[in-house]
Amino acid sequence: MKIHEYQGKQLFREYGISVPRGIVVKSPEEAAAAFNELGGSIAVVKSQIHAGGRGKGTFKEYPEQNGVVLVRSAEQARENAEKMLGSTLVTVQTGPEGKQVNTLFVEEGLDIARELYLGVVVDREQNCPVLIMSSEGGMEIEVVAEESPEKILSEYFDAALGLMPYQARKLAFALGMEGKTVRSAEKFLTKICKFFVDNDCSMTEINPLIVTGAGELVALDAKVTFDDNALFRHKNFLELRDLSEEDPAEVRAQKAGLSYVNLDGNIGCLVNGAGLAMSTMDLIKLHGGEPANFLDVGGGASVEAVTEAFQIILADDNVKAVLVNIFGGIMKCDIIVEALMEAYDKVGITVPLVVRLEGTNVEIAREMLEKSGKDIITATDLTDAAKKVVGTLAG
Amino acid sequence: MSILVDKNTRIITQGITGNAGLFHAQQCRIYAEECQPGENILVGGVTPGKGGQEVDGFPVFNTVQEAVEKTGANTTMIFVPPPFCADAILEAADAGIELIITITEGIPVMDMAKVKKKLEDYPCRLIGPNCPGVITPGIAKIGIMPGYIHTPGKVGLISKSGTLTYEAAWQLGNLGMGQSTAIGIGGDPIIGTNFIDLLDMFEDDPGTEAILIIGEIGGTAEIDAAEYIKEYITKPVGAFIAGRTAPPGKRMGHAGAIISGGKGTTDEKIEALEAAGVTVAQSPADMGAAVKQAMEK
Repeated sequence: MKIHEYQGKQLFREYGISVPRGIVVKSPEEAAAAFNELGGSIAVVKSQIHAGGRGKGTFKEYPEQNGVVLVRSAEQARENAEKMLGSTLVTVQTGPEGKQVNTLFVEEGLDIARELYLGVVVDREQNCPVLIMSSEGGMEIEVVAEESPEKILSEYFDAALGLMPYQARKLAFALGMEGKTVRSAEKFLTKICKFFVDNDCSMTEINPLIVTGAGELVALDAKVTFDDNALFRHKNFLELRDLSEEDPAEVRAQKAGLSYVNLDGNIGCLVNGAGLAMSTMDLIKLHGGEPANFLDVGGGASVEAVTEAFQIILADDNVKAVLVNIFGGIMKCDIIVEALMEAYDKVGITVPLVVRLEGTNVEIAREMLEKSGKDIITATDLTDAAKKVVGTLAG
Repeated sequence: MSILVDKNTRIITQGITGNAGLFHAQQCRIYAEECQPGENILVGGVTPGKGGQEVDGFPVFNTVQEAVEKTGANTTMIFVPPPFCADAILEAADAGIELIITITEGIPVMDMAKVKKKLEDYPCRLIGPNCPGVITPGIAKIGIMPGYIHTPGKVGLISKSGTLTYEAAWQLGNLGMGQSTAIGIGGDPIIGTNFIDLLDMFEDDPGTEAILIIGEIGGTAEIDAAEYIKEYITKPVGAFIAGRTAPPGKRMGHAGAIISGGKGTTDEKIEALEAAGVTVAQSPADMGAAVKQAMEK
């Protein structure tokens, strides 16, 4: 689960992690008032969307307007907010469709001596969290990794112990910090790693992390993603969820306990098991089609789950045919066919439906399908299924 | 011959009084009784607070330690819900269980990071989590896979995915090839056992003549496996990698199946495997055929 920058910074503050003073606003008037309240000669107005690259991103409605702007008066804050709120921001991470900006964060301007990069993730090879830093603040870490990997510094740490102060100092010295800044870094880095572990983050990224003229580290950005599997112990985070940032079909699927990802193609897929669901998409593509979605209906494949799955797939207007691919194991094929047929009637499927079943009781299941009198195309194996479903669109 | 599971395997189920735990313990018992008539290898279960009870003939113990002492169990199958799973795994390790098979899906990654580190202190092996388990066809199955689709044979199967494992076993069966042992290693970012350890065991197992590995997008485990195969594995290896059409940045069902920062794509994995001399199936319909081809090379 992703949260907004202003929410991340609020959580940082609770951990004693330095962030600039800022005010959340939802109207141009509030933006102007926020400028005055912050009281400085400059302020920064930042679009709040769940995607990076906001500073360089531009609005569809106002191609000259960036997603993050520096303003020097309350009037400028108001003018910019007027354009940004309700408009669609397109960044390198949003895709061409962009994201609508509904909230802005107005922050005090700071005296920036240096910009750095900081990221914490779980490293899958070392099986532990890792703190990644780089002197190239403001640049995407993937680009730095590609162009100058020697500028990336990593400290792996034990999740139970947290980042030790010596590890923080090691990074600080390697980044050329001195005196008071090293002490500031020691505190900042150990706290950010504690924040990461305590809150079950899958990512915490601060880009840029700045060193002020006074030698203090301050988080100028906050990109925080939580591990969905750990939300059961952080129930308060659910209040931070912004559903307008998520794909409605994916939200609906999640509620039904289905795993669904929307894609651009026109062949809907209903599959049991994540690996088989991914492979089914690959198979469609391999035979010249384009999958419309990833959908794992789970091992159970109950009537409710299958019905909801069909409804979600068919709610996508791009879908012109559907492939059901089920390997019946403990859950027998005949039981699955019953669910399929019930769902078929309930949903009223009007596009071609190809069903490929394999596994326990498959013969009984195939016979049930054939005798059903329903307009269902049966396939004998994976390749046959892919060819048939792609074929329905050819004519 | 086989790896991990053999005739000395004695299994307990942690979470045996839950629906899934009991159902699968029963299924495993039915399978074991067919394979080894007269032998009781599903020796009981653990649910804290329900010790002393019996469910469908399985004695229930309060602690894993007690279960080990009273039954001689050396293997556990864990169905405990995600919030309590880290605890259950470490309890098993601390009680001296040698093989810990964790079926549960949805364990927080941070829990697994802590568990993985702590397990270094114990001489045990963790399989999973978020996996179908382990089966040595004709001997025993420890997990949720349908037993009959796996036939005894000489292909060692290692897979990140449940249903794809079944699919592969089915395809192998149709080609007249069974499995020595099939292992679902799980689709989470942090797992107990990766491809390399199992490749090594299959290489040493006289009952295994060829190996099939099934991977997916996310992480670099398949690339590490490719490097290892190139260096140390002499037996023929076939492979399939799922998720060629998966968009970057999106989790494809499995918590670990995600392309992040341009890393973990199928293309780089397939390239590495092919460079290591592995026969990689382009279609999931050809997983069995890939092993056959690898053996004929």
